[in-house]
Amino acid sequence: MAGVWIIAEQRDGEFRKITFEAASAAKKVADELGAEVTALVLGSGMEGACAGLGKYGVAKVLYADDAALAAYTTDAYTNACAALIKDGAPDVVLMGASMQGKDLGGRLAARLDTGIAVDCTALAVADGKLKATRPMYAGKVYAEIFIKAMPQMASLRPNVFDIVETGGEAAVEKVAAEVGEVKAVVAEVQAAEEGKVDLTEATVIVSGGRGMKEAENFKLLEELAAKLGAAVGASRSAVDAGWRSHTDQVGQTGKVVTPNLYIACGISGAIQHLAGMGSSKVIVAINKDPDAPIHTKADYCVVADLFEVVPELTKDI
Amino acid sequence: MNIVVCIKQVPDTEAVIKIAGDGKSIDTSDIKWVMNPYDEFGVEEALRIVKDQGGEVTVVGAGPARVVESLRTALAMGADKAVHIKDDDLYGADPIAVAKMLAKAIEPLNPDIIFFGQRAVDDDSGVVSSAVAELLGLPQLSVVTKVELADGKAKAVRPVEGQTLVLEASLPVVISAQKGLNEPRYASLPGIMKAKKKPMETKTPADLGVERADILEIAVFNPPPDRAPGKKVEGETPAELAANLAKLLKEEAKVI
Repeated sequence: MAGVWIIAEQRDGEFRKITFEAASAAKKVADELGAEVTALVLGSGMEGACAGLGKYGVAKVLYADDAALAAYTTDAYTNACAALIKDGAPDVVLMGASMQGKDLGGRLAARLDTGIAVDCTALAVADGKLKATRPMYAGKVYAEIFIKAMPQMASLRPNVFDIVETGGEAAVEKVAAEVGEVKAVVAEVQAAEEGKVDLTEATVIVSGGRGMKEAENFKLLEELAAKLGAAVGASRSAVDAGWRSHTDQVGQTGKVVTPNLYIACGISGAIQHLAGMGSSKVIVAINKDPDAPIHTKADYCVVADLFEVVPELTKDI
Repeated sequence: MNIVVCIKQVPDTEAVIKIAGDGKSIDTSDIKWVMNPYDEFGVEEALRIVKDQGGEVTVVGAGPARVVESLRTALAMGADKAVHIKDDDLYGADPIAVAKMLAKAIEPLNPDIIFFGQRAVDDDSGVVSSAVAELLGLPQLSVVTKVELADGKAKAVRPVEGQTLVLEASLPVVISAQKGLNEPRYASLPGIMKAKKKPMETKTPADLGVERADILEIAVFNPPPDRAPGKKVEGETPAELAANLAKLLKEEAKVI
């Protein structure tokens, strides 16, 4: 029987949000195919957590417990997933287009001699086949893609697919994992700055551009972000000016983000920036130039000086 | 150190992208083609390593005749030689099909390090580097912002969500470059002159013994979904504007 599998993502034994998004998306695909969702969980000491995936539509969990799977490595995960997928022969394999999924997906697809649609924003079933929609050319084009081999693989852009609670408990089966040789090891893990929200996981982003004028002025955005529990992003010009770290850059040569709310402050809206944030659910533009292209993309346009409006907004929230 | 850098030629990020008549590719008639910006970080890093430790940098690119221009750009930056896998129809191919060609072309070069950009800014897949690593049986250090080499090993810094990882692997290794790795140099005029005389080898997929076989099939290209027109937030003073915006975000958009 056709099966729809997800590769769960966990850190320190806790499932990450993308796992629930992938499970919910997989459930919809499985319903259309008349199939069930199986989650592949690789970890260590996580048996107790597995059944809970049933809440998001997972019927069955294949759980591989191994100390070498506690934290992600390309080699151990590719080896373990490939062996289990070959054995179970699912029709569809989904994962998050997170840093982990982006690292794993291409390698796993090459090993399984199939194809992968990366960073998808929609999934459907057409004629019994998975139809994946993904932005290309920095969101200037949306491609509909089919994969002409099995399994049909796709990775899902974080914070795009709704989490849907449908079921109860999943059946958990412990399976043996072939971890194999780990050639690329994680020698060190450095935690991010305390309280700093990662841009790709943030539900709210406050972002600044050339209009911020200098590095120090980003303090205004940080104050607003702190109130909103938001991450602070930047346009390429702000990064190239040295005001923010390149890890804060949103855009075609930076991060692609899909928060629920994106507040663009003093950002003109170059096409490369719009590529990185155009699929945000709600966009606010604060820019005193009424002709700035960002205003054509925004849901709410504030044509005013950000240095006057942002501090007031911080007070009001 | 024997280093290969794989480069892809992509539309300039300023390019206006129009869907072609077939509905599933782009109209390339007015496109300005450039080296993928992330690949420049790979070229730069390779040049720095070779300057420091000696060795040779070979750039490899696949696609129609125009790809030679981007390979020449890399030679002008300072790479030693280029391999062009010539295939007029390759643009828009399944990244794994391209990876199979690249792997065949790279294997006889016996590199210690193979650099890629972390993704190409046209198809935004980021699949080719790890597929090549898999096909060649090599470890991969993906999306990294720092590389150090010592004792036959590569150490690389990889920022992920909320963490920064330090990865380590023995050479040979595949590394994909993220912005922040370095500041790519511009090609100098003497560099451009010299590049004209540097070796450029052309191979066809048939020469490499591979037949392109796409598994990924693009059914259709659609324009991006329309966004509803925006609303101008009203207010006479900054305080009024801010108050009205906060109200809209809370009550209408319900996002805060």
